[in-house]
Formats: sequence, structure tokens, C-alpha cells
Amino acid sequence: MATSDKLITVSHVTKEFSGGSVRALNDCSLEVSKGEVVTIIGPSGSGKSTLLRCLNLLEVPNSGTITFDGTVITDPGCDIDLHRRKMGMVFQHFNLFPHMTVLRNITLAPVELGLKSQEEATAQAKALLERVGLADKADEYPIRLSGGQKQRIAIVRALAMEPEVMLFDEPTSALDPEMVGEVLDVMKELARDGMTMVVVTHEMGFAREVGSRVIFMDSGHIVEENTPQEFFAHPKEQRTIDFLSKVL
Amino acid sequence: MESFLRLFTDPGPASFVNFKFLPKYTPYFVSGIMNTLALSVVSVILAVLPALLLALMRLSRSKAVQRVSGAYIAVFRSTPLMVQLAIIYFGLFNAIKLPNVTIGFIRLNSFIPFVVALALNSAAYVAEIFRAGILAVDSGQMEAARSLGLPKGKAMKLVILPQAIKNVLPALANEVVTMVKESSVCSAYGMAELMWAARNVAGTTGISIGPFVLVAAIYFCIAFPATKGIEAIERRMRRGDQR
Repeated sequence: MATSDKLITVSHVTKEFSGGSVRALNDCSLEVSKGEVVTIIGPSGSGKSTLLRCLNLLEVPNSGTITFDGTVITDPGCDIDLHRRKMGMVFQHFNLFPHMTVLRNITLAPVELGLKSQEEATAQAKALLERVGLADKADEYPIRLSGGQKQRIAIVRALAMEPEVMLFDEPTSALDPEMVGEVLDVMKELARDGMTMVVVTHEMGFAREVGSRVIFMDSGHIVEENTPQEFFAHPKEQRTIDFLSKVL
Repeated sequence: MESFLRLFTDPGPASFVNFKFLPKYTPYFVSGIMNTLALSVVSVILAVLPALLLALMRLSRSKAVQRVSGAYIAVFRSTPLMVQLAIIYFGLFNAIKLPNVTIGFIRLNSFIPFVVALALNSAAYVAEIFRAGILAVDSGQMEAARSLGLPKGKAMKLVILPQAIKNVLPALANEVVTMVKESSVCSAYGMAELMWAARNVAGTTGISIGPFVLVAAIYFCIAFPATKGIEAIERRMRRGDQR
């Protein structure tokens, strides 16, 4: 694989919380190529969300480097705001802006950052809403939406920045079971369209069917990574086997 | 016991029931009410921007900036308003010549020193209200805004502050009510507000209790319904907020 295909390179990243008393990530290294759908699974507290949040520096690593699109974003001199535009993020709890309409939620960043005029942004937002089946919700406030609708809007809000990679932090964990499907469907469609995705998830079905690679984490370490077929059929590490026996 | 009872039965000057200064001195109390309301409303409004600045400074990443704001708040919250007023009135405004202009019923040269002192005091308290309001906004809001590439200042202005300000409006209204009462200290330096009206009328007529009973009733009739009204609005806002 050519090096130009590497979109994200995580190199020996360590992250500590509470002044070093909690080590959430321990010497993690990882590469994500363009077009890949990488799923990160593992038990609660294994560091998978922390690893994902390090990718756009919502958490700043204590050591190690992260390279995005050829730029070392962990450099102190790097303007992370510029790179975050290219990294869409979807949260477990949606984090829609409650004081804005759906449309304003989606157009806020492209317009405020001067990337699009309000008209362009509105047209794009409406097209994206159409794609996720929520065209009629443009003028609603988030409070009027179901969890599944909120999460689809949150995905659209991130897509409106035309990112090169989408980061998902347990996007279906806060949803009622009957709404998980509608969000996963949107994510599957994104994957089919060739979007590079890094997904922290508990949805083993998604990891198996949609993922191009699975990463298993435990106690701050990347324990094992493989293609979904190999990973689920022939897990190598004992910790992976123990985990899979509990969740499958 | 007998002398105590006389306070309520005797129609003499030292009596709770002697309101003979009315209606002749009514205009004093009316203009007193207007000045008191003007002082409290204007001083809290003037306090809003400095308070917002102080709150943002306290939440700044820089320890030095935090300390400047923290020191201001500590000084104004840990000294009596009466003392602050004296220092600002005799100190600061001794050096500044104010224009002799009247806007409506407000005489600027006597109004400004008091309103500035009250605003500087209020800013310390309102800053803490704002800080609490900003911290009460879910941290996911800032993360979502920053993840979209919005710089910290824009995220604060567009996403966090609009939500924080809605949260703090009731507390801000309560600060006005507090100021209605606290502004009575201005009477000590001749500001013609409600308490000053009582002192003046008592001094002029020799009726020593009645004027103060009257202004106590007026303060109560402003503060109590206002507080209840704010509570009612707060309850309604909370109902609309359920997510």
C-alpha cells in the first residue's frame, strides 16, 4: 500500500488522566488508510473512546504523535481547528445544539468558518437531510426529535463540513433498541460511498459486516487487530477470546 | 412593657402608627422609588459585560488571568458594600468632574458615582452567576462545536453563551432584587433614593419610626412579588427544557 493512502497514523500514543494515576492509553499505534472502516471494540474502560478522541485532539496525548493527512497534529504549533474541519465527529449523546434549529445546527460551522454562503450551506444541508430521510425536520428544534433522528442529524452536521474521515464514538449506545437500525443504515451507506470511518462500537454485527478492520482494546492497549472475518472466526489472544465469548 | 405598647397606640413622633407625614411628603417617597429602581436596574445592566469578562477570565487556561479575575471577585465580595461605596464616592469620583446633566428624573452627577460603585460590586457577584451558568452547559456542547473546527472563541459565543445566558436570566433578575435592597446604603452619602427619603422625612418632621416602616413596606412590595415572579418564570423555563 502506498504511503499516500495513509490518512491517520497514531504512533506510540500514551494518555494519562488525573495527573498520571490513570493510564487510559498505553503505547498505542495505529494506521488508518483512505476508504477504510476501522471499528474499535473492547470492554468498558479499555481506552477505545479515549483513543478515538485523541484522533482529533479532544484528548491531548501525553506522549506519542498523531499524523493526519501528512501533518503531525500533536505538534504544539499545529492549528488543530483547521484539521478538525476535515475530521467529522459523532458522539454517543449526539450533542446537537439545543438552541438552534436542525438547519442551523448543520449550517453553523460551514457558514461561520466562511467556507460557504448561507444559501450554499442551506442547499447542501437540505440535500444531506434528504439523504438520511429527515428533509421535513429542517426547521425543528432538536428537542422535538427522537434519539435516532438526533443522531442522523448529528451525522449530517459532521458531513456538512465535507470531512475526509468520520469518527464515531459509540453512536448507537444511547439509543433505544428500535432506533439503532436507522442510524447503522446511514453509517453503512456512508461506508459504501467510500467514506473513511473510525467507529468505536458495541455493535458486533456492524464490525463484522461493514468494518474493513477490527481493533480490539483492553486496559489501554491495542491487543489485536485483524480483518473482521479472521478476527471473529480465529481470535488469537486469550483476552480477545474471553471478550468475544461474553458479547457474541 | 407599657413603653413598648405605646409604640403602637401613642400617636406621638416615636410610633409605628404615625403616618402624619403623608400625604405632604409623598413626592419624596415616589421619587425615592424611582431612583432606587433606576439605581438597581442600571447598575446590574452595567455589571453584565464586566461580569461576563470576569467569568471568562476565571475559566481561562492562563493561571495569571484566572488570578486577576479571582482577586477582583474576592475583594468585592469580602468587603462591605458601604466601604466600597465610600472609597469609590470620595476617592474615585473626587478626581472626576461629572457633567451637570439631567436625563428624565436622573441627575447624572449625583447618580453616576453610586451606579458605578454598585455596578462594580454587582459585577463580582454576577461573574460567579455567569461562571456557574457556563459550567452548567454540557461539556459535549463545546466538544461538538470544537470538533466542527470552530475556534474556542466562536464556540463560546455561538454555542455556549446563548445557552448559559438563558440559564442565568433568573439569577440575574434576582440580582436586581438584591440591588433594590442593597442600594439603600447609598442614602448614607446623599443619593436621593428610597431610604434617603425616609431619613430625610424623619429628620424634617421629627416622626422617627413611621417613614422607615413605610419604606420597609415599599421595599417588601417590590422585592417579594418580584422574587415570586422570577420563581414562576424559572419553573416554566425548566418545564420547557426537558430533553
